[in-house]
Amino acid sequence: MATAIGVANQVDWDVPEQTGLWQDAWIRFRRNRLAVAGLAVVIILIVIAFGARLPATPGGLWKILHITGDPFSQNVVDTYAHPSLQHPLGTDILGRDQMSRIFYGASISLAIGIIVQFLVLVIGGSIGMAAGYYGGRVDNLLMRFTDIMYAFPDLLLVLVFVAAFGPSFWSIFIAIGITSWVGLARLVRGQVLSIKEKEYVEAAIMTGSSPIKLILKHLVPNSLGPVIVTLTFGIPSAIFTEAALSFLGIGIRPPEPSWGVMIEDGYSGIFADPLQVLFPAIAVALTMLSFTFIGDGLRDALDPRMRR
Amino acid sequence: MIPVLFFVILVTFILMHMAPGGPWDREGRQLSPAVINNLNIKYGLDKPLWQQFWLYLWGAVHFDFGDSLQSPGQHVSTLLLESWPYTLTLGAVTFVLLVPIGIGLGVIAALRQNSWADYGALGLATVAASTPNFVVGIILIIVFSLELNKITGGNFYLPTGGLPQPYNPFQIQLIMPVITLGALPTAYIARLTRSSTLETLRQDFVRTAWAKGLRPRLVVIRHVLKNSLIPVVTALGPTFAFLVTGSFIVETVFAIPGIGRSFVTSISSRDYTMILGTTLLYAGMIALMNLIVDVLYVFIDPRVRLNS
Repeated sequence: MATAIGVANQVDWDVPEQTGLWQDAWIRFRRNRLAVAGLAVVIILIVIAFGARLPATPGGLWKILHITGDPFSQNVVDTYAHPSLQHPLGTDILGRDQMSRIFYGASISLAIGIIVQFLVLVIGGSIGMAAGYYGGRVDNLLMRFTDIMYAFPDLLLVLVFVAAFGPSFWSIFIAIGITSWVGLARLVRGQVLSIKEKEYVEAAIMTGSSPIKLILKHLVPNSLGPVIVTLTFGIPSAIFTEAALSFLGIGIRPPEPSWGVMIEDGYSGIFADPLQVLFPAIAVALTMLSFTFIGDGLRDALDPRMRR
Repeated sequence: MIPVLFFVILVTFILMHMAPGGPWDREGRQLSPAVINNLNIKYGLDKPLWQQFWLYLWGAVHFDFGDSLQSPGQHVSTLLLESWPYTLTLGAVTFVLLVPIGIGLGVIAALRQNSWADYGALGLATVAASTPNFVVGIILIIVFSLELNKITGGNFYLPTGGLPQPYNPFQIQLIMPVITLGALPTAYIARLTRSSTLETLRQDFVRTAWAKGLRPRLVVIRHVLKNSLIPVVTALGPTFAFLVTGSFIVETVFAIPGIGRSFVTSISSRDYTMILGTTLLYAGMIALMNLIVDVLYVFIDPRVRLNS
């Protein structure tokens, strides 16, 4: 046996250059121009967000580099200033520099959008996997629970939850997490159910693979594509939820400049200066759109079957 | 449906009572403990929680949803019936416009796949699907109220708020809220219709229809549409429920005194009975819509009948 494999390895197979799953996906992803543009925007946003926070002083790196002002310092004589060199996006009702606030808000939106997905992955992934893997009564119980969560209007539960735990970053974070896992759980369950029937899994079971190995070696890699796609699409909707809550006045509390808070502030002064609501509004929309494009690109790249 | 409603009440009840603060908290000067004690006794808030829960359930079964804690002497059902017409009018008008537009765009895009019409419709749908509704609303206000007002010298512009006459679908005040509320679901329906129509177009029976020389109109209407609209109908039920319930933000942006707005207020003022009543109404609507879709399904898709 060993020699046979050795011999086979020496044969010079005439195969085209091999590309792995990820390399292949990256090539397909690159072909989608919108997705690449979305990725570029998101990378820029991430840099902006880190810069706004990293030296933990107001304004962060961008203040130090004199690109923006300080997101918290007020200036009552310079309210609703029009865009100028000193304040590239103008100032708000309290004379705070809008650009630095938008930069700071990017860190909140991105943190909520991206980090929540880990929570969604843990909850949705484990529930879906348990339901699909064990089947029978476990499946039945978990899926009925999922159905009930599905029937619950999302924003409603988030509203009540945030009201219960007080408006803060972490309560919004957890509220979005525990309401957004339903889609993923159903997806993972479906994936597990279909993969379970595949011959290679049967073969693995027959050769005595332990359940852990089965899950890690076969179920996870094979359902990874659609899961990543679903999580990516979850990012814009989490960003939306945070902004919506803050806009309704029950999300992130001022003076912390989340985009939703800025939209609420700007909206109440829309007749004084429409620009101050327009900039954060565009920021939210642009970010959500970028993530949606990335999601579309990933779907085409990672899951050829789902391709349009 | 009943278990779902039960869990909705249970979850809301628990979360609500976990929330810090209570309905008798006041800004500034607080009510005296004796008054609070009397109020608690009057509204049964002095009883143990499980007993309160049981009493609420018992009442709800008999369609008695209690008195509002913040509007003394007013039944929750009376208050909900007052704001319901606004929300319903907005939702119903949006729905009536959304269905033909969404389906129309989707079908045209699919029939002319990869043409400019397809890309246009798809692009519009993508942008609409990832622009938060408050951003849409704010941009509409800036363009059609503020700027239009400036350009026309105050002669013509769209009013920004309120809904003077409930039940009247033809009022100028409805234009912007309807667009704001409808953009996302229209995009969703259009995308769904497009992909489902594309799938039907590839079916054998469509090829047969073409091959036997049927007129294009008949092929499209009798064979393609009839089959590709099945998944769309499934989505329309929850969409309608979303429209008549999920308008917290639109009602806030346009100052419409509907249910969404009163819900947000009742959450911040800890009006327990109002919160429960509204949640129940929402969940009931959604459950009802899903039920209607299930029943409709039997009529539009004979396969369902055969299976069961």
